[in-house]
Amino acid sequence: MDRSHALEAVREVATEVLSVEADQIVESARFKEDLDADSLDLVELVMGLEERFDIQVPEEDLDGVTTIGHAVDLVLSKLS
Amino acid sequence: MLLEGKRILITGVLNDASIAFSVARQAQNEGAEIVLTSFGRALSLTTRAARRLPNPDAQIVELDITNEADLAALASRIGAPLDGVLHAIGYAPDSCLGGGFLTAPWDDVAIAMQVSAFSLKSLAVACQPLMTPGSAIVGLDFDNSTVAWPVYDWMGVAKAAFESVARYLARDLGPHGIRVNLVAAGPIRTIAAKSIPGFEQFEDAWTLRAPLGWDVRNADPVARACVALMSDWFPATTGEVIHVDGGYHAIG
Repeated sequence: MDRSHALEAVREVATEVLSVEADQIVESARFKEDLDADSLDLVELVMGLEERFDIQVPEEDLDGVTTIGHAVDLVLSKLS
Repeated sequence: MLLEGKRILITGVLNDASIAFSVARQAQNEGAEIVLTSFGRALSLTTRAARRLPNPDAQIVELDITNEADLAALASRIGAPLDGVLHAIGYAPDSCLGGGFLTAPWDDVAIAMQVSAFSLKSLAVACQPLMTPGSAIVGLDFDNSTVAWPVYDWMGVAKAAFESVARYLARDLGPHGIRVNLVAAGPIRTIAAKSIPGFEQFEDAWTLRAPLGWDVRNADPVARACVALMSDWFPATTGEVIHVDGGYHAIG
């Protein structure tokens, strides 16, 4: 999967879980500051990504994941 | 199988790291039918988590443990007898955890006490009409009966009250054949634990002291104890706190 496809899939999951508009889901968007996501939102987002991509994301892999771009990086690293 | 033919109500499933999720999985593996509770913001999380259980079709009923209408409606929402109930509910406002013991206001402490201690009584009374002799209530505890912990603060006081509530429930429900026991777990990395500032202090202490060792990522030992207590293999045990902590509590 290339990066643009991964971003598009992350966008689908994030718009559903975070109740934000698709055009807000850009690589630079920060979960807390820009997308108003709380800790439960982030937990649900991870669950959504795990389901969408059939991957497993252990908690320790989430350190430093604060933007949509980071989430795309994480997904791509799990798929590779 | 330990829970063949039994129906078990399980609160507190947020995601697959939840201790309650491990209990639900083990209970299903042991033959139980599971009913989950959730409410509000957590409902979509619980729904996703339920899909990851061995049997993904668990019924989910709405229950805010502080909502009188939910409590009054619980038995009819479940609609069938229960053989076991897992209490995995706790909450304290930020002021009550992480070093503010001397300054936390009563209004916040009251919330911690209601959600984390009184709720065991609320859940037991709401479920009692569905429970027959031989059934069991199990609560998840962090042992605060003898010592004060770093950072745990008013949650520790609430857990001490929780342990006392369990004993009084054992007294009052015993004549109805309902057992009430707690499992005092070592620290497990859950969403709830992550909300405790300084939680890693517990993890470090456990790793060093527990004679059996302790894996903060593995809730399975706790889940197995809960399943055992809800089975027919502890028929004369009530008002008890079973430590599932790698032996930490026994070592000075």
